[in-house]
Amino acid sequence: MKSMNRRKFLKGSLLGGAAASVISKSKNAEASASFGGYPEAMGVLVDLTRCVGCRSCEAACNKEQGLPTPGQSFDDLSVLDHERRTSEGAYTVVNRYEIPGQDHPLFRKIQCNHCNEPACLTSCFVNAYTKTPEGAVIYDPTVCVGCRTCMVACPFYVPAYSYSSVLNPVIKKCIFCYDTRLKFGRPPACVEACPREVLTFGKRKDLIKIGNQRIKNKPDLYEDHIYGENEVGGTSWMYLSSAPFEEVGFDTHLGNQPILSYVKEFLTVVPMVLTIWPALFAGFHLLATRKDKQKTEKKSEI
Amino acid sequence: MEHIPKYLLSTFIAMLLCFSSYSTIALAGDGPDEVEIDSLAQLYEPVYFDHAMHEEVTESNCAFCHHHTLGTKIVDENCMRCHAESGATDEIACQECHSSNRFDAEYLNKLYADNTLYHRDKVGLKAAYHIRCMNCHEEMGAANGCQDCHSRTDTGDKFFHAGTYAPPESDKPAGGGH
Repeated sequence: MKSMNRRKFLKGSLLGGAAASVISKSKNAEASASFGGYPEAMGVLVDLTRCVGCRSCEAACNKEQGLPTPGQSFDDLSVLDHERRTSEGAYTVVNRYEIPGQDHPLFRKIQCNHCNEPACLTSCFVNAYTKTPEGAVIYDPTVCVGCRTCMVACPFYVPAYSYSSVLNPVIKKCIFCYDTRLKFGRPPACVEACPREVLTFGKRKDLIKIGNQRIKNKPDLYEDHIYGENEVGGTSWMYLSSAPFEEVGFDTHLGNQPILSYVKEFLTVVPMVLTIWPALFAGFHLLATRKDKQKTEKKSEI
Repeated sequence: MEHIPKYLLSTFIAMLLCFSSYSTIALAGDGPDEVEIDSLAQLYEPVYFDHAMHEEVTESNCAFCHHHTLGTKIVDENCMRCHAESGATDEIACQECHSSNRFDAEYLNKLYADNTLYHRDKVGLKAAYHIRCMNCHEEMGAANGCQDCHSRTDTGDKFFHAGTYAPPESDKPAGGGH
């Protein structure tokens, strides 16, 4: 009777585990259909052919976001001599690229690209991140525990960390001016400050049309590609360039799959492992030790 | 000439003048000598644009800057496809076509409501000035820095953390590490 009970228990737990994994799998299967972004999401099309590297966007960002006083004036163009990354003190920076065969350099503004399916959001275990229907990827710094997983997850190396804060270091990044502007239908501060409309603000789906039209009108000028239209599942900020994208600092090997899809398969296995494995290995253990136990029982009977 | 009465002569001249005003071709010198561009002035002082000098530089082809609006020979071949026969328009000033609120919700919504509009990607006023002026300045080798055309205001100095608002000399870049 004892062994029967054990068998029943093992059977039941195995079935339960299998059922749980099937349920969780079907849920994931639903989620694996590409999200493609909110239909009314706004975005910005960055046209590198127009940028002259004046850094007005950086100054505007600093003011709008109340960032610390910069080390150098924003009209000091010597900072362009070395490549910079976004930091806790600068959510956007402009870099200069000398293009072989071209007599003038290209400038590229970087900031959060506001992915349709953000890797930072999926990686965050305290759910600090939100992708808003307006297109912004925002985060709640009061929830952030400073684990920096999002910094590892981001394919564009955008989130920065407030290392200077001793007591409460958190993640810092561009939020598309969501709180002060985007949520009220206004363009971000950098867009408004740009003197040459390098940055075109509008509905993401409209910007793709505009980008394609610009390429069509001047096929000799532009590379036939909008960076961010499909990269990592699409981003709200997209780029046009007159030089091959890898020559202006873009990672052209990211692929078109959202980063989430690379870990989805693995994540599906997690509940299965958690539900089946304990029961399965407990069963193995019990079966393996059954003879020993029977022996000891027999011994005690004798 | 002595045989023609004075009043007839003056009528003739008046008629000529009237007729010329119907002409679709704007003549060099018709434009203002100087234009004060101040509608966007905030971080920078207004620009005093020497219109007369630029008429000389462009050899009086207004279309170099004004596209098709003055009826002179159109420069851009793509524009020509529709505007080859377009006469002078009532709109001449840049700001009559190029919005100073290019990315306002109101402007964008109007754009999205009109599917048949061709000029969907028309730059705003600020970009119209800067792209037009700077691209030509670069080609001609003319001065092209921000303050070559407009000096910065006190608000501008504050905005750029420059001038009297410049940060103290420091070897460390702003914001520390990544």
